[in-house]
Parts: sequence; structure tokens; C-alpha cells
Amino acid sequence: MSVRPLNERPLAKDMPALGDRAGSAWRTILGPLERYRLTPVIIIAVLIALAPLLFPSAYYYRVAALVYIFALAAIGLNLLMGYAGQVSLGHAGFMGIGAYAVAIGPVHLGVPGWLSLLAGAAISAIVAFVVGRPILRLKGHYLAVATLGFGLLLAIVFTNEAEWTGGPDGMSVPRLVLFGWSVRGSQTWYWVSGVCLVLGAALAFNLIASPAGRAMRAIHDSETAASVLGIDVARTKLMIFVISAIYASVAGSCLALFNGHITPDAADFLTSIELVAMVVLGGMGSIVGSLVGASVLVVLPQVLTVLHDYEHMVLGLVIMGVMIYLRSGIVPSIAMAFRGWRR
Amino acid sequence: MAELLQFTFSGLTVGAVYALVALGFTLIYNASDVINFSQGEFVMLGGMVTVFLALGGVPLPLAALLAIATATLVGLALHRFAIETARGANAVTLIMITIGASIFLRGVAQVVFDKRYHSLPPLFGDDPIRFGGAAILPQSLVVFAGAVVILVLLWGFIDRTLFGKAVLATAANKLAARLVGIDTRRTVGFSFAVSAAIGAIAGFLITPITLTSYNIGTLLALKGFAAAMLGGIGSAFGAVIGGLLLGILEAFAAGYLSSQYKDAVAFIVILVVLLARPQGLFGRAKVERV
Repeated sequence: MSVRPLNERPLAKDMPALGDRAGSAWRTILGPLERYRLTPVIIIAVLIALAPLLFPSAYYYRVAALVYIFALAAIGLNLLMGYAGQVSLGHAGFMGIGAYAVAIGPVHLGVPGWLSLLAGAAISAIVAFVVGRPILRLKGHYLAVATLGFGLLLAIVFTNEAEWTGGPDGMSVPRLVLFGWSVRGSQTWYWVSGVCLVLGAALAFNLIASPAGRAMRAIHDSETAASVLGIDVARTKLMIFVISAIYASVAGSCLALFNGHITPDAADFLTSIELVAMVVLGGMGSIVGSLVGASVLVVLPQVLTVLHDYEHMVLGLVIMGVMIYLRSGIVPSIAMAFRGWRR
Repeated sequence: MAELLQFTFSGLTVGAVYALVALGFTLIYNASDVINFSQGEFVMLGGMVTVFLALGGVPLPLAALLAIATATLVGLALHRFAIETARGANAVTLIMITIGASIFLRGVAQVVFDKRYHSLPPLFGDDPIRFGGAAILPQSLVVFAGAVVILVLLWGFIDRTLFGKAVLATAANKLAARLVGIDTRRTVGFSFAVSAAIGAIAGFLITPITLTSYNIGTLLALKGFAAAMLGGIGSAFGAVIGGLLLGILEAFAAGYLSSQYKDAVAFIVILVVLLARPQGLFGRAKVERV
């Protein structure tokens, strides 16, 4: 893979001057937009704000909220997989930590929901830091099996420590109360998860463009070359692993609070695979792709329920078809086709 | 002592199936660099097709043969229509294709067959054989013998025939193999067919002991993959040892510690092994070229 130029678009200061006054106006508007990579974030935010105009019922808010929550986790995983090139087949484990944090915190320990969410994210970060150190030395498929084992371990713990987690049947999660305001209902959660997604996307766009993000991409291209350039490969990989764990944990907390109930399924192998599928289907190394991938894999099963028993058959075919014919993922493939067509 | 023997036997039986699944992973990986996560579905097909043909009145041996044929055709189709069409895609994309295939096959199985658990009559009855205080099911010996026969046949074929050498050459270096006139598409297709057949055989051999259903594939693929990695991916010997080790570990963990945490123990051991030897037990360390 070739190294792309670091600034693909011209900065505001390089824009043609439209007379002095107009030029400075442009600069005050476009400057921050460019510096903080806000353009794609604003487009996502506008889409989230406008989407409800097309929603005929509360059910649509519910599905959309699920899309945003999974997209948040997928964006985190995409930072790890698409940008740093490290596979994780156990990311649902971190979703599980976040989900059970907001369940166990209020129920067993009397900690308020919002604090439990933060605690869950902190625990995920610490676990990722401790586990990531040895595991991230592994490469390729060995890393895949190690993360798979790690995720499985967490799922087994959630299933078996019934005293704390309610076992295979799961446990109910008390409603989130923020400053005396009880967060409930699909519509409310639509906006809450939408805000979380926009914040997560904004952070991700900025991280990628930062020096750490460039180090990440260098590691993706070649670890040896990156270390020759003076990049601390182990530290950068660990940092991005921790960050992606925090994304998954927050998404897990949102999922649990939104559903009001949590089972070990949220942390199991199939959920991990689903997250990987969202990243790969949408396009590795494309933040917008993760949103698209999450939309496809959350909405498709809802649509396919009309097919009853044929649901899995069609789902499998769609995944295979997309991967065979749009092999870099939906968003990068379409972007490439569009670029070719314009030329 | 009797307990130890008992756990060892049950561990080896399940381990033999893991070993066969891991062998399937290894064959396909060596030929095409693809980690085939639909490997477990071949095991499911082997069991389910045999069960339903037998229910339909087909004699058991014929049903088993037809099950192998079905799985082999599915393996060939997977290669021809999915992997071959996506040639040149990166490793993660190829893995996603096999996962899609696995979901698809499970979907087909739940429609064509059903969602219940099924069993087959064991080959030599249900009376356990007493050995040193441990009871062994005759079917366990059948599973084990089946695994040994498959290994010997496969080794003989790969080592002693020209086509087998072509498969080895493809695994060693695809481009070089093509340059000396080997049709690598055929050898890779052959690897998919053989992997599928091996999976199907494992499927109907183990069904009398562990039962079968449309959704057993995922867990088996997971265990087989873990076993292959434990042994060192690409090493057939490693795959077999890895499978047997994983089976024994699980049986010991379930027997001596806790049956709920048996998978946990198995994976902790795998993690520890990989941390000590990042290339698996029998894998060769790779040198990265820049």
C-alpha cells in the first residue's frame, strides 16, 4: 500500500483569496472545519438530525438507535483493524464489560448509571492495557485466535458468575438518570446514541489525522519499516487497542441501558464476528464505512424477518456477495468507482 | 487412576474430531492462504445428511458415502464460486466470505433439515468396554480409528503420488508451482474437496456420541481453528497434535476443575502457549521482509 499524502485537501489558508474581507470570512469558517476535520462529522450529524423526517413509527427510531450504537463500536474496531491493521475477534468482550458495568454498578453496588458507564470504560481500558501488552506481540491469525480466546473467556465469565450477572438469562438494567432526567424511550435514545456516534466519529477522524494516526497507518503498511522510522510499534498498537476497547465499552453500556436488559450474548463470539463483519463490509479504513456496515448488518436482519426460515440463507449470501464483488468494502469500492467515473 | 484414564479417553475422542477439523483448516490454508471458517459446517453436513438419508430408508453405509459426496461438492462449490471469484482479495475479506458461507450453509440446513438434535446408531453397539477401571464407548474407538485411517491415507496420497506432490508444491510456492506446469486451480480445488470430505467423515463418526444439529458448526470451527493455531498454522502434524491436546485439556478441565469453565481453561492454555511460542508449537517462525 502506498503512503498517501498527509493533507489530501488544501487547507483554508491555501484557498484562493476572494478579496480581503471575503478571504478572512472563509478562513474563520473553514479554518476550524479543516483543522478539526469537522466536514464529514457535520454531514453525519445533519443526516442523523434529518433522518427522523422519514420515520413513520417509533420502531424506526429503535432500529436507528441500534445502528448508531453498533456503529460506535465498529468505528472503534475499525481504528484497530482498518488503520493499525490488527485483527480482533474478541471485541464483543469489551462491549460485555461496558454492558455489565451499567447493570452491576447500580444493582449490586449502588453506583449511578452514568458513573458506571465511565467506570466500565475505565475497566475496559485497563483490561485492554494489561491483556494487550502480551497479546499484541502476536501477528495475523495468531493474534486473531488470541483475541478470540480472550473474548470467549469474558463471555464464559459473564455466563457463569450468575450471582453477579444473572447467568445465561441475563439481568435487567436500571434506567439511566442524568441530572434527575430519566433517559427512556426509543426517541430519546435515538438522540442520545446519535450524539455519542457523532462524538465518536469526530474523535476518530481527528485521531487518524494526528501524528499517532500516521504512526498507526505506518505500522499497517510495515511494522519493520515503521520501527526503523522511530515509531514505538508496541506502544502505538497498545494505545489504539485501548482506545478501541473504550469505544466498544461505551457502545456496550449504551446498548444495555437502551434495551433495559443484558444477556451474555452481547459479549459472545458471534457478536464479535458481527462487529468485524460491520467493519469489513462497510470498508476497512473508512469511518463512514463503519456506519454503513453497521446499518446493513442491523437493518438487514430486521427486514429479513419477513422471510422467516430463509433469513440466514439470505444474510449469508448478502455477506458473500458484497465481499466478492465489493472486496474493499462498500464505501471504499463505491468511492473508487465514483473517482474512476469522474475521470 | 481410573478417573485419569477415563478423562484421557473422552478427551482423545473429542480431540480426534478437533484434529480432523484442524487438519481441514491446515489443508486449505496451505493451498490457498485462506482461513476457512465454514470448516465446521462440513462436519455438520456429514452428520445431518447421513441422519436424514438414514431416516429416509437409505442404508447407513450408503447414506454416509452420500454425505461425504454432498460435503465434497459443497467444498468444491465454495472454492469455485466464492474463493476463486474473489481471487486476490485480502485475507480478512476472504475470511468474511467463508463466514458468510458458514451462515448460508447453516441457513440451508435449518430449512432442508430441521432445528432439532439428532443421533445415529453407534457402529458396534452401546456396551462400554472396560479397561483399567475406565469405560470406553466402542464408538470412541471407531472415531479414533477413523482419524488414524484418514491421516495415513492422506499422508500416503500427498507423499507417494504425483498429484500429491503437486499439492505440496502449490503449498510451498504457488507461483513456482505454476511455472513448472502445475494447474494450481486444480490442486487448490482438490484441497477444498478433501477438507470437506474429512470434515464430513468426522461429522458422521462423532454423531452417535455428541449428537448433531444444524448449528454445531460454529463451535467446531472455533475449536478446530484454535487447535490449528496451537499446533502452528500450516503444519499438518501440528494440527493433529493441537486437536488432541485441546480435547484432552477440555476433558481434564471439565473433570478436575469445572465443566462450566472447560473452554476457559483450554483457551488460557492456548494463550499461554502462544505467548511463549508466538508461532505455535510446531510452526516455523517467519522472517518479515521489508
